[in-house]
Amino acid sequence: MNTEKEIIRLENIRRDFHVGDETVHALRGVSFTIHEGEFVTIMGTSGSGKSTLLNTLGCLDSPTSGEYYLDGIPVRSMDKNQRATLRNRKIGFVFQNYNLLPKTTAVENVELPLMYNPSCSAAERRRRAIEALQAVGLGDRLQHRSNQMSGGQMQRVAIARALVNNPAVILADEATGNLDTRTSFEVLVLFQELHAAGRTIIFVTHNPEIAQYSSRNITLRDGHITGDTFNEHMLSAAEALARLPKPED
Amino acid sequence: MNFANLFKIAVKALSNNKLRGFLTMLGIIIGVASVITMLAIGQGSKRSIQAEISEMGSNMIMIHPGGDRRGGVQLSADDMESLKLQDLEDIQTQTRFVTYVSPSVNSAGQAVYGANNTPTTIYGVNLDYLEIRRYRVGDGDSFSEQDIKTAAKVCLVGKTVVDELFPDGENPVGKIIRFGTIPFRIVGVLESKGYNSMGMDQDDLIIAPYTTVQKRILAITHLQEIICSALTEAYTDQAIDEISAILRENHRLKPSDEDDFSIRSQQEMASMLTSTTDMMTVLLAAVAGISLLVGGIGIMNIMYVSVTERTREIGLRMSIGAKGFDILAQFLIESILISVTGGLIGVLVGVGAAIAVNLIAAFPIYIQPWSVFLSFAVCTLTGVFFGWYPAQKAAMLDPIEALRYE
Repeated sequence: MNTEKEIIRLENIRRDFHVGDETVHALRGVSFTIHEGEFVTIMGTSGSGKSTLLNTLGCLDSPTSGEYYLDGIPVRSMDKNQRATLRNRKIGFVFQNYNLLPKTTAVENVELPLMYNPSCSAAERRRRAIEALQAVGLGDRLQHRSNQMSGGQMQRVAIARALVNNPAVILADEATGNLDTRTSFEVLVLFQELHAAGRTIIFVTHNPEIAQYSSRNITLRDGHITGDTFNEHMLSAAEALARLPKPED
Repeated sequence: MNFANLFKIAVKALSNNKLRGFLTMLGIIIGVASVITMLAIGQGSKRSIQAEISEMGSNMIMIHPGGDRRGGVQLSADDMESLKLQDLEDIQTQTRFVTYVSPSVNSAGQAVYGANNTPTTIYGVNLDYLEIRRYRVGDGDSFSEQDIKTAAKVCLVGKTVVDELFPDGENPVGKIIRFGTIPFRIVGVLESKGYNSMGMDQDDLIIAPYTTVQKRILAITHLQEIICSALTEAYTDQAIDEISAILRENHRLKPSDEDDFSIRSQQEMASMLTSTTDMMTVLLAAVAGISLLVGGIGIMNIMYVSVTERTREIGLRMSIGAKGFDILAQFLIESILISVTGGLIGVLVGVGAAIAVNLIAAFPIYIQPWSVFLSFAVCTLTGVFFGWYPAQKAAMLDPIEALRYE
């Protein structure tokens, strides 16, 4: 049904961990395809294999068997350094706890992925970091340090950092988990804007509410996919934000 | 990965923790500074002793009658008459490693001029003596070979004697003084040499032809001492061997007999005197080296803490594309920056402290360029050596684990 370019293709991914004598099967044959421009939430309780799936998608971990194509590139046979370079070029991570460098300005934080890309000059790096920060609405806070910002602002910086290398896919891991309701919606609005602009986003969460704001929802349980539904009636996070009671101050 | 970028990253990380970086550096600063200061002080005192010794004479070899016999009856060296003029002549003609040779006979006594008198020593020598002991004639001239042949009553006087006998600043050249009962005409005044390192006044003497002192004062025909000078300091041992062989043959000693003379060299005295300062230098340098080691361990300790503390940061860097090598390089650069910066400051502090010691305590110092390079090289190596293990640990981290680290 989807004619867009394939960004992610998982073929019967299995991932086993050996803990002492026991073998834990975190993923027991997961297959799906994500096309360019999709906003996918991956849901699951803890122990469902959600984190393992995220690590696999993020090229941080290699599957035990099966094949993973990221933007057409087979990942499983790659060594650590090749995967690091792949992450640097193709993936933007957004974490629950932001993971910004302390005492470092917003623009420096956003520049970070490009520091590990030798083909990117200092001037180019600075220009793209500023563009990314403007895209997340922090164009006026370039020189703010991470300890001078609110949680929402820090997460926006983190999103700008994920955007700066113009990745094939943005991987968000509970990206609203540390934020209050209002700020969560603000961040969701940003994700929806990025989606509208054509970005491919994978949002891993255990919060079912968030699924309503994405275009597709994959549910994971005990290492299997138990649901994969397309959301025909995506809710608008901006409207939800408008309906929230105004903060009293 | 671009090295300039890694460097920027490391500098940035260090500047985020200035106080800690400085405290870590302090160990290196103190270590390097103390190595440099201690070596400067040790080398300084050694050099000043060496300079004083070389002022005494050039590569001197002193031959005295009498052996180093232990036990049994030991005659006083002065009573032995084993050194003869023939020995002197043979040393002059038959050696290859000896340049100057002078006999020496001396007598203590009172020098008198007019109403002034002073106790001093008269040395009977030949012209080589001035070269060996590095005496220069200031006013007037030296006596001549002819004076030696004729046992002329002429002399050179040291500055101390001049000051005592001619307190009014009269020109002593040409004046007749008496040593004991013998009148001597002063033909020249020696340039002042001051005190030597053993506290002897080297200007308190009168120098006269040895024939004069032998015949007219001591009434002897033997020599009390022969003083020679080796070709260079390096040939001192060969020169001693040559002299020893000549003397043993002249004195008809059997191979089983002990020497009836003793030979001492300036080099021997120098090494005796500098051995203390050498040991002091080694001890000081060892203590300083230990403090450098402690400084290095300090770096390792801090880098370990830093790696643990920044585990999440390492995880993040890896997740956005840093390779293990990038992380290794970052932490290695950090520790090298700490140690090199500390080393540079340490060099400045050490040189400053050495100069301060020199200015305030008037202690002789000598800053050896190699000690600066060495301590600087050591602390760079310290940075690599003690930074390697923590950096390696950081590079080996699993990004997934590191990101979850609390």
